[in-house]
Amino acid sequence: MTAIAIPRFRRPRPPLALVAGSAAVVWLVAWIVEAPAADWLAFSVLNLEHGSHAGEAVAFFLEDMPKVLLLLSGIVTVVTLIRGFFPPERIRPLLVGRGLVPGSFAAAGVGIITPFCSCSAVPLFIGFVEAGVPLGVTFAFLISSPMVNEVALVMLWGLFGPAIALAYMAAGLTVAIIGGLVIGRLRLERYVEDYVWKLQGTAAAPIEVHLTWANRLSDAWAYTQALVRKLLPYLVVGIGLGALIHGYAPTDLVAAVGGRSNPFAVPIVVLLAVPMYSNAAGTIPIVQALLGKGMPLGTTLAFMMAVTAISLPEFVILRRVMKLPLLAIFIGVVSTGIVAIGYLFNFVVS
Amino acid sequence: MRTIEVLGSGCPNCRRLEANALEAVKMAGVEAEVHHVTDPGEIVSRGVMSTPGLVIDGKVVSTGRIPSAGDIAAWLGEG
Repeated sequence: MTAIAIPRFRRPRPPLALVAGSAAVVWLVAWIVEAPAADWLAFSVLNLEHGSHAGEAVAFFLEDMPKVLLLLSGIVTVVTLIRGFFPPERIRPLLVGRGLVPGSFAAAGVGIITPFCSCSAVPLFIGFVEAGVPLGVTFAFLISSPMVNEVALVMLWGLFGPAIALAYMAAGLTVAIIGGLVIGRLRLERYVEDYVWKLQGTAAAPIEVHLTWANRLSDAWAYTQALVRKLLPYLVVGIGLGALIHGYAPTDLVAAVGGRSNPFAVPIVVLLAVPMYSNAAGTIPIVQALLGKGMPLGTTLAFMMAVTAISLPEFVILRRVMKLPLLAIFIGVVSTGIVAIGYLFNFVVS
Repeated sequence: MRTIEVLGSGCPNCRRLEANALEAVKMAGVEAEVHHVTDPGEIVSRGVMSTPGLVIDGKVVSTGRIPSAGDIAAWLGEG
């Protein structure tokens, strides 16, 4: 074979700034027109009645679907771009050799911006522990990173305003810090799988690869597309459920199960959330409808935190590095923390 | 013979990276074998914490992202 393949590595592309700029303009226009357009579609084109069950449910769905999709696509792209600058490789040196208390605070804090994918959880755990990040601090990060992520914060901010977004952030950080402190104090090092300790000192220095802006932009966009595609079924179900709750669920029912009069509302919604595996973005439509029906803030936030932080697939993955007692304590500490925060919020905000 | 290793737990992202690597081998017209490294200890010992990682001839060229087939082909061309 002597045929010479002519590599076609590069297609000509329009300038980056132009693409990004026009995308931003399209996004803004869509954001402005989507609510009136949904209303017009529901009440003028489909001729549904204002205030009727069906009308309100359909209008909720039509308005929420594009709104959530727009928020997701626009904001996830921007946020992914930003957090690309804070990979765990860069975060880890900040946590090595810290005491438990300052370390847990720092780890929970950086967990907000650091990208986290549950399939990276194992190498990340080993990488942290192996480099000498204390176990409790590692857990503070493991709890905070999926739960308090900037995508959830930005979506909460966009749909409900800053107060609820900040409340969620404070609640999540508290659970992560307390979880880290408790696990650190309990001295559970013996429940980490033995081979993890044997790896100590064998790891190569973390490698950081230089990326261009074009790399970063196309990564962010690819990530967003993959996320939206993955979330779409959850969103349709979530927004559909939200629409049904919004249009049909009698306010009394929500109040009876999740309301202030039921003292067990918080643990009940946390238990309900365990089998629901979704990420923060998929639960937000449900949260929106529940809040609208008068479910108290603490109960609602507990539900959302439980859906995002207590995920069975992630636990199965983590079983590879943790023995069962440690995993059980981890789950116990996180759920207790979430329930406690739920009660606290209900008590404070009344 | 070039060696390409995909470091990752076998998650969807790692499989997509592996597919891109195979395509890149064709694009670049080189001979290469593509391995998948799933052992977490092995992954960390290469200095990779964010999967998927990509290693070409023993050198880590990418971590925590899925480079396109074109990018991988370009790296193969440079080496």
